Amino acid sequence: MRRSIAARTFFDGVGILVLVVMMFPIYWMISTALKPGKEILALNPVWIPSAPTFDNFRTAMNVPYFWNDVVNSLVVVLTVVVVSIALAFLAAVSVARFGFRGRTAFIVMIIAVQMVPLNALVIPIYLLLNAVGQVDSLLGVIAYYLAFVLPFMIWTLRGFIANVPVDLEEAAMVDGASRVGAFMRIVFPLVAPGLIATGIFGFIQAWNEFIIAYVLLSSSSKQTLTIWLASFTTQHGTDWGGLMAGATLTALPVVILFLFVQRHIVGGLTAGAVKG
Amino acid sequence: MEAAIRTEARTATVETDLEPAPRRRLVPRANLLPYVLIAPALLVIAGVLGYPLGMLGWLSTQRYGLRELYQHQGEFVGLQNFVTILSDPQFHYVLEVSVVFTVINVGLSMFFATFIALLLERVSRVVRLLLTSGLVFVWATPVIPAINLWQWMFDYEFGVVNWLLTHLGAGNYIHHNWFENPIQGFTVITVIVVWGAIPFLALMLYAGLTQVPRELVDAAEIDGARPWQVFAWITVPILRPIFLVLFSLSTIWDFQVFNQVWVLLNQRPSKDYFLISVFSFQESFRVSQFGLGSAAAVVMVAILVVVTFFYVRQTIRLSTEDGR
Repeated sequence: MRRSIAARTFFDGVGILVLVVMMFPIYWMISTALKPGKEILALNPVWIPSAPTFDNFRTAMNVPYFWNDVVNSLVVVLTVVVVSIALAFLAAVSVARFGFRGRTAFIVMIIAVQMVPLNALVIPIYLLLNAVGQVDSLLGVIAYYLAFVLPFMIWTLRGFIANVPVDLEEAAMVDGASRVGAFMRIVFPLVAPGLIATGIFGFIQAWNEFIIAYVLLSSSSKQTLTIWLASFTTQHGTDWGGLMAGATLTALPVVILFLFVQRHIVGGLTAGAVKG
Repeated sequence: MEAAIRTEARTATVETDLEPAPRRRLVPRANLLPYVLIAPALLVIAGVLGYPLGMLGWLSTQRYGLRELYQHQGEFVGLQNFVTILSDPQFHYVLEVSVVFTVINVGLSMFFATFIALLLERVSRVVRLLLTSGLVFVWATPVIPAINLWQWMFDYEFGVVNWLLTHLGAGNYIHHNWFENPIQGFTVITVIVVWGAIPFLALMLYAGLTQVPRELVDAAEIDGARPWQVFAWITVPILRPIFLVLFSLSTIWDFQVFNQVWVLLNQRPSKDYFLISVFSFQESFRVSQFGLGSAAAVVMVAILVVVTFFYVRQTIRLSTEDGR
């Protein structure tokens, strides 16, 4: 389809406009975080920080419990990632490689579980953990996130494993490798990208989650970073520079990791949907 | 956004029931191995998700207040909780607002996403690359920081939105408080939800558009079809399955919006702002009526189950029509 130069310029113009509108909030967050106080609270907005400063970041990091909550978030997230990858990998191997009674039921369950609205489960989870004295402990949150990310991870890994031909493994076994040896040397390296992608997925989900952590973790020393950020405003008035610095710090790891897996996610999605 | 990434699995639903078994599968010598492999994951999912889900249903039939909380024991009241909330005018308002909110948010998200997807097809390569990268950045921004940044943009005193609106001649927005009036407040919430939803939807639709056969479009144009006719008679029918999936997913997400309301309004939203999940949360954790809160949550799950069921069934029907 050939288009005139005028039409193309017009579309490019609109495209740039859309880009500016979509990106402006993110730009505004970062630039506010870099501005000194009097440029933030200016009656006429200062579009570009005249002398970028890291003061706001320093303020944010000095807010009580920041580092403490960073550590909590990391403990929760890393535990979830390690355990969930192990469990999901085993289950994915089972679903991708073996035919067994109940396989379809398991797959249907995995998909159905992902439709359950999180917000609705907060009440029973709280009461259950309250009854066994596990409210305000990272363990409850970890168990919950685990169950929350597992279905997606099993499903994604299943695809990766199913894509490795069984013949490859058999060839290795003919050449003298044991079943486990063949699996570790042939399948595992091919599935490694899938493990990384799903691991990052688990990281992002656990890092971003709000409502469960909000309900379960009540004492300041036990909270995760999203809770710290959400309660930033209520300390003493609103320090917008500090808040934007905190928001930037919280978003940064996720944005970086997300850029790694993004291509994989969009590709997988459309392959499924359009084919249907 | 947090849920957006999970969609791959959800979208894959489309295929599950139809997916032919892998051509070759190892037949386990000892039949127990596959079960041993899924057991740990199954235990976690059933124990941590399945059990609470069952318990939610049970709780909705209990009187469960502060006293019961200390005794760890509710009192069975049958369907009394449902009768209570369904005859409560406030809950009617909550349901109404939630439905209207969902319709508006899904509609706007899909409209802008389609617009951007079509635009992506028509721009030059450089602009396309810039725009897709921008969308990915917005998509990657976690929801709580995103809410905070919009809170700052809509601040009544130094918010950049008030300044822009005033200086673009939309009226006097100096010291305008957006949250006094719930309709304006919900406008802000809608902006946050739609802004966060657009990237995923637009990228999905654009990826779908690239799979529309070129020959069909060319043939239609040679036959004299106008651009909107090409869109209505070729693009939309081909993208129907993708539209359906995205509509359903957006509905599922927008109907349970909680964080945007809760964090934006500093964890103390007034009654005007109660969407269904906010209502359920408030009843449970602020008023300590866990039974009533559970009943509201059950109503939410029930409505979503209908949407989900409709989505799965429609999708299967569509794919069998194609003769797969």
